[in-house]
Amino acid sequence: MEAFIGILNYAVFFAITAGIFAVLCLGLNIQWGYTGLFNIGIAGFYAVGAYTSALISGPPPGPMDWRVVGGFQLPWPVGFVGAALVSGLIAFIIGIPTLKLKEDYLAIATIGIAEVIRLIIKNESWLTNSVWGIKHITSPLALPIERGIRALLRANPGFPLWLQRLVSNGYNWFYLGMVVLILLLLYGVSEKMIRSPWGRVLRAIREDEIATSTAGKNIFWFKMQSLVFGAMIMGMAGSLYAHYARFIDAETFEPFFGTFLIWVMLIVGGSGNNLGAILGAFTIWGVWAGTEFLTHGWGLTGYRAASLRVISVGVILEFILLLRPRGILGEEKVVSFIFKKERR
Amino acid sequence: MIVLNVENIIAGYGETEILHGVSCKVEKKEIVTIIGPNGAGKSTLMKAILGLLKPTQGKIFFSNKDITGKNPNQIVQEGICYVPQSDNVFPSLTVEENLEMGAFIRRDGFREKINEVYQIFPDLKEKRKVKAKKLSGGQRQMVAMGRALMLDPALLLLDEPSAGLAPRLVQTIFNKIIQINEKEVSILMVEQNARRALEISHRGYVLAMGHNRFEGSGEDILSNEEIGKLYLGE
Amino acid sequence: MDFTSRIFQLALYGIVSGSIITLGAIGLSLTYGILKFANFAHGDVMATGAFLALIFLNLFQRLALPSSPFHPLSFGLPLVLAFILCMVATGGVAIGIDSALYKRLRGTRSITLLIASVGVAFILRNVLQFIWGPDPRYYIKKIQVSVRLPILGLRIKHDQVFIIIVAACLVIFLHFFLTRTRMGKAMRATSDNMDLAKVSGIDTEKVIKWTWVIGSALAAAGAVLAGIDNKFITPSFGWDMLLPIFAAVILGGIGSPYGAMLGGMVIGLSSEISTAFIATSYKPAVAFIIMVVMLLIKPRGLLGEK
Repeated sequence: MEAFIGILNYAVFFAITAGIFAVLCLGLNIQWGYTGLFNIGIAGFYAVGAYTSALISGPPPGPMDWRVVGGFQLPWPVGFVGAALVSGLIAFIIGIPTLKLKEDYLAIATIGIAEVIRLIIKNESWLTNSVWGIKHITSPLALPIERGIRALLRANPGFPLWLQRLVSNGYNWFYLGMVVLILLLLYGVSEKMIRSPWGRVLRAIREDEIATSTAGKNIFWFKMQSLVFGAMIMGMAGSLYAHYARFIDAETFEPFFGTFLIWVMLIVGGSGNNLGAILGAFTIWGVWAGTEFLTHGWGLTGYRAASLRVISVGVILEFILLLRPRGILGEEKVVSFIFKKERR
Repeated sequence: MIVLNVENIIAGYGETEILHGVSCKVEKKEIVTIIGPNGAGKSTLMKAILGLLKPTQGKIFFSNKDITGKNPNQIVQEGICYVPQSDNVFPSLTVEENLEMGAFIRRDGFREKINEVYQIFPDLKEKRKVKAKKLSGGQRQMVAMGRALMLDPALLLLDEPSAGLAPRLVQTIFNKIIQINEKEVSILMVEQNARRALEISHRGYVLAMGHNRFEGSGEDILSNEEIGKLYLGE
Repeated sequence: MDFTSRIFQLALYGIVSGSIITLGAIGLSLTYGILKFANFAHGDVMATGAFLALIFLNLFQRLALPSSPFHPLSFGLPLVLAFILCMVATGGVAIGIDSALYKRLRGTRSITLLIASVGVAFILRNVLQFIWGPDPRYYIKKIQVSVRLPILGLRIKHDQVFIIIVAACLVIFLHFFLTRTRMGKAMRATSDNMDLAKVSGIDTEKVIKWTWVIGSALAAAGAVLAGIDNKFITPSFGWDMLLPIFAAVILGGIGSPYGAMLGGMVIGLSSEISTAFIATSYKPAVAFIIMVVMLLIKPRGLLGEK
């Protein structure tokens, strides 16, 4: 029973992280899956969201910190909304010079902005505490819930060990519920938008930009809205992460975890399909966790284990591209395309 | 002797079928023109002959050899050269480099051949060191045709050779085509400028909706009232 | 040192790093021009070249090749031989990746190739890290003292002069290759119009192979030169080069190797000179900002066409 609770607690931890990745995938799916915007700087928007939220809702700088601003300790929803807004703003700024250009330019521009954001996090210690990171970020309702759990355990000293373990993990259950709720909400909103006339225009842009523009649609603004909307979701994921991990630094948002893994998740799940995005996130996060057991089993540790795990994810991506480019679920045919691309 | 024999080919792009069984023939030393309205499948036929797209059914023979489904570079080696309608020169290469690229698969010297091309198109000799992107439309067309002649093709495919040219130049280009044909090169061309093209052609085909509609000598087609009304704009 | 000579000193370093960036950018620009996709693994191909050179270097040192440095340079025959061999080997690696992966994806959308290249980037980087670990590996252990030039009190190391000369030779070699040889001209032709190249009888698959070999060999050369300049290499080198080489290519105009040279120099110079005004750690950001400004005012780049 205790072993089972151990696994259950691990499963909760796993699901929270996978859920946050799923939120990121939904954001990317709007940009890439539905509009064809090639954003490989997800880590930047994710990090901006995390830091914004930590600065708004997190603790003030401690005596050992270099950081001098932030830590307004506002309620978490304020930080959450702030994260979305600031990420969206950054997306808006980066979209201005790049959205009129070919997709490759957007790719390199987003990777560039992510790198600049990483440099800022590393160097501007007054704002981000640089490499020391922001510690002790408060989790929403953590205080009352944990106080309640302690009171419950004190009042029932006779609980068997497994029940004690289950109950002490209560906050994670709460957080999981929150992540799932937000994920479902975003899924619903995203599905609704994608099926609206607005979403149809996005897909038309992805299929054939020129035909869509001759149909009188302002491509630039539609792309901008998609980029900003997707980035806002990524910012929200950042906020969810920061308040769960309670610690963030520049390394948290390195290109592999912040960007590449999310791309693999979406492609494996099936871009252009919101369910696929979520499925991909859980699958690949499962694979990622599984590789840890494997490398552990082979006696690999440290950088060797980490490298091998990254290589295996890379190889999975290449195989998917070669053998099943549409991913597990493939694209969902929502409505017939307005324009069928006609090749000359 | 039959140089090219296309038998009932079906071809298209992806799932879209454009040619629903088209046949045509080119005899030695012939000029053959294919006319037809937009979307009839004229350019598609050219691309299928050259191997730029693979027919799903039907056969293509060149000098009695089956070339169906071969790749463009193999077909070029057999002796069919092609001048596309647009983007038919390498813009950042000089005129001479363009011609040289036409002779890419020739292992022997191509200098002599370049001089032959300059004889047909004397204008190009003056411009030999000029990049193709700096040339006028007519000059580009000449470079493109010159490039295609570098391999001594037995058959030359021309896709709308007069498209977009000033009327004065159209005649020049057609004269060049006759001149090339006199060197024993068979020619199969697609033309919008149907009347002028048929005047210099030995035979012609009318294509519509991916089907053969009519075939006959140049004069036959020109004198056919129905075709005149439908396809020659009278 | 007064401000003017400081700027000139930085400009001198800028030429050194510009030479390295140029060699990386040329390969990126060539593959971009011919295969029409942005190869995000190019930086990691550079790093792979640097580590292949390390393998050869260690091998030659074990073979007890005469290893006394070529005076006044800080390295000798083993590194020079390793330099040459790694260019060939990196070309081989690139062809291997092409036939295993990119070739099978040709004909799909260029963005699929781009995604595949991002995967290749992570695979290469982590293979290097798996074998050699994340810490720096040294080409040269000796410290070289820079010499003073007679003008403005500028200083430069002999190794850096070597870097500039070798890069210049490679660029000149490339120029002759592209303008004087059949294959070079075919590469330019294929870059202009692949379909037309095909119907002209050019074996475009062969051209593509040559493009990978030349581009990757130059990338490897750039990486080894960077290793000579810094004395060490790390698996993350490729990632650090990514923004500068992309900025150089976009600045010069995609697909134009000459543009890549110009862009490489501009990026090298401006990144180095920027350190007189802003924190050194923001050097990669300078390349990025120049690139964004270029995208705003002239997206086709300085020498771009089409």
